[in-house]
Amino acid sequence: MEAVLSLLVALFFAAGIYLMLSRHLIRILLGIVLFGNAVNLLIFTNGRLTRGTPPIVPPDLMTSAGPVANPLPQALILTAIVISFSFFSFLLVVVYRAYQDLGTDDTDEMRVAEPADEAPPPMGY
Amino acid sequence: MAGEPYQVDRAQAMIASPIASADWLIVVPVVLPIICGALLLMFRHRMRIHAFIALAALALMTGANALMLRRVLADGPFSMTMGGWLPPFGISFTADVLGVSFALVGSAVAWICCLYSLCDIDRTGRRYGFYAFLMLMMAGVNGAFLTGDIFNLYVWFEVFLISSFGLLILGSEKAQIDGAVKYAILNLVATTLFLIATGYLYGTFGTLNMADLARKVGGVSETAPLMTLSALYLLAFSMKAAAFPVNFWLPASYHTPRIVTAALFGGLLTKIGIYALLRSMILIFPVERAAYSMPIAIVAGATMILGALGALAQSDLRRMVGFLVISGVGVMLSGLALGSEGGLAGMAFYALNSMVVMTALYVLAGTMRVAGAGFSLQELGGLYRARPLLAAIAFLLILAAAGLPPASGLWPKIVLVKASIGEGAGWLAASILVSGFLTTMALGRVFLLAFWRPANVSLPVVAVPSLPLAVLLLLLLPVLLVGLYPEPVIAMSVSAARGLLDPSAYIQAVFPQGGG
Repeated sequence: MEAVLSLLVALFFAAGIYLMLSRHLIRILLGIVLFGNAVNLLIFTNGRLTRGTPPIVPPDLMTSAGPVANPLPQALILTAIVISFSFFSFLLVVVYRAYQDLGTDDTDEMRVAEPADEAPPPMGY
Repeated sequence: MAGEPYQVDRAQAMIASPIASADWLIVVPVVLPIICGALLLMFRHRMRIHAFIALAALALMTGANALMLRRVLADGPFSMTMGGWLPPFGISFTADVLGVSFALVGSAVAWICCLYSLCDIDRTGRRYGFYAFLMLMMAGVNGAFLTGDIFNLYVWFEVFLISSFGLLILGSEKAQIDGAVKYAILNLVATTLFLIATGYLYGTFGTLNMADLARKVGGVSETAPLMTLSALYLLAFSMKAAAFPVNFWLPASYHTPRIVTAALFGGLLTKIGIYALLRSMILIFPVERAAYSMPIAIVAGATMILGALGALAQSDLRRMVGFLVISGVGVMLSGLALGSEGGLAGMAFYALNSMVVMTALYVLAGTMRVAGAGFSLQELGGLYRARPLLAAIAFLLILAAAGLPPASGLWPKIVLVKASIGEGAGWLAASILVSGFLTTMALGRVFLLAFWRPANVSLPVVAVPSLPLAVLLLLLLPVLLVGLYPEPVIAMSVSAARGLLDPSAYIQAVFPQGGG
């Protein structure tokens, strides 16, 4: 099971990085979503997969009898999902605003903050 | 809930005794700004009180950090674990000399920036929540410096990052939107790399508590991918610190927001990357850091030289300071490359110095804009005759940024150069000196053109308001004091470096019984 999920994570990473290498913001955003989900799956796989044994200790025992599923990765992923979701919604707004204000979604043409033809400082006076 | 009540022995998982009241101090610098940030959002429309709440909160934070620094210098690190769980089950906050000294200088600089914001942030900026964002960003910054858990460190990274997005686009000019897109995307990639590394770290060690990691790293199996893990952390934190091949988000964005925002970012945010590098590479991966020593040294040399060359090529003051921030990061990284006690002490000292000096340079640029004709060296001129006090402050700040006496920038450079020569890396020492020389040239030219050159346009007759000058003097005071009497800060930096190199006291603070 871990091997299959590892391959899936690799696929997500490859697709996400490929999309992020694009010059167009909308593809970069899609790449970021895939990248974020790849990390979530990665943490999940790293916590080792145990099926069918929920981590609940019976009332009459101090510890569970056999190995149980690891509950911690889910807490980590939940945090990561909330964060990446809020970041993504912020990025969507900023990118849409950039498209409206700058008239392009091509990062090579976004040169308002760093003009290409800026003169070097004077050599003397 | 049916069933009989049953007895559970919690001693193996929970802390039985109540937490000592002095330990609660460690959460104050984080909880206070979060509460104040929430309050400021609730009183969004009463803009007159925003600045006072923020100033008071930052002053209290600085005080709490100062008390903690006094305690860790006297008694060594201390720790508090949340929710009554025993470490490593609960999330620990651990204060040691390194973290607390960064948090203290960071809070003090933020307080001074908040003072400057009174004349830099207009009603619109306040309405859109400048002070609320500032408070939440400081919660993230302090949390990052004080946490003892590496996943929690990731969360604080995201807290200050998302607040910094809000500060960056405050004003919604075209250049800000442009800069924000690049800043947001590249920083998000950097923190995601951090998260990837943390996921693998958890898979390898089964723990995320830094003290627990530090004591388990020696006994981990031979096949554990520690080199890969440390390389990922190195990449993620170098990106956050703006080291050379991954620094392009910084010159694209740091000159676009309001001056006070740029001053806060330039002063604080890259140093969190430096702090995280120290924490991860020295505390958790000391062996791997030694193996990567040469690549780190090359990155450090390239960052400091190329940053200074970039500063030479700029005619916009704010962009020039952005490149100087990068150059300073290179100097700090040279300490990480050396890894010796002297190198790490110099790195910590330089980071503390750089927090104050870079903030001051941005504030200086903003004040020169008010006093002169703009940010561009093409237009500025005649300030020496018109504003002699500003000229004197600017001259001293230039000395501070270039690392010349009598300012504080001199001493960490001496420590680093001495450590480089001691480790047999003469070329690294040479590149620190060359980058200092290039910085002197870039800033000396600012003085030549903006202050000494006769004004080609008539300067505005309005006097410089006294608040920016007071802020500059406040920032200059510690720079000069430490420059003349560096001994206490050097001792503190050496103590911070020792605490990293020999983590037994840090581990002891988190696990007093050695259990866990």
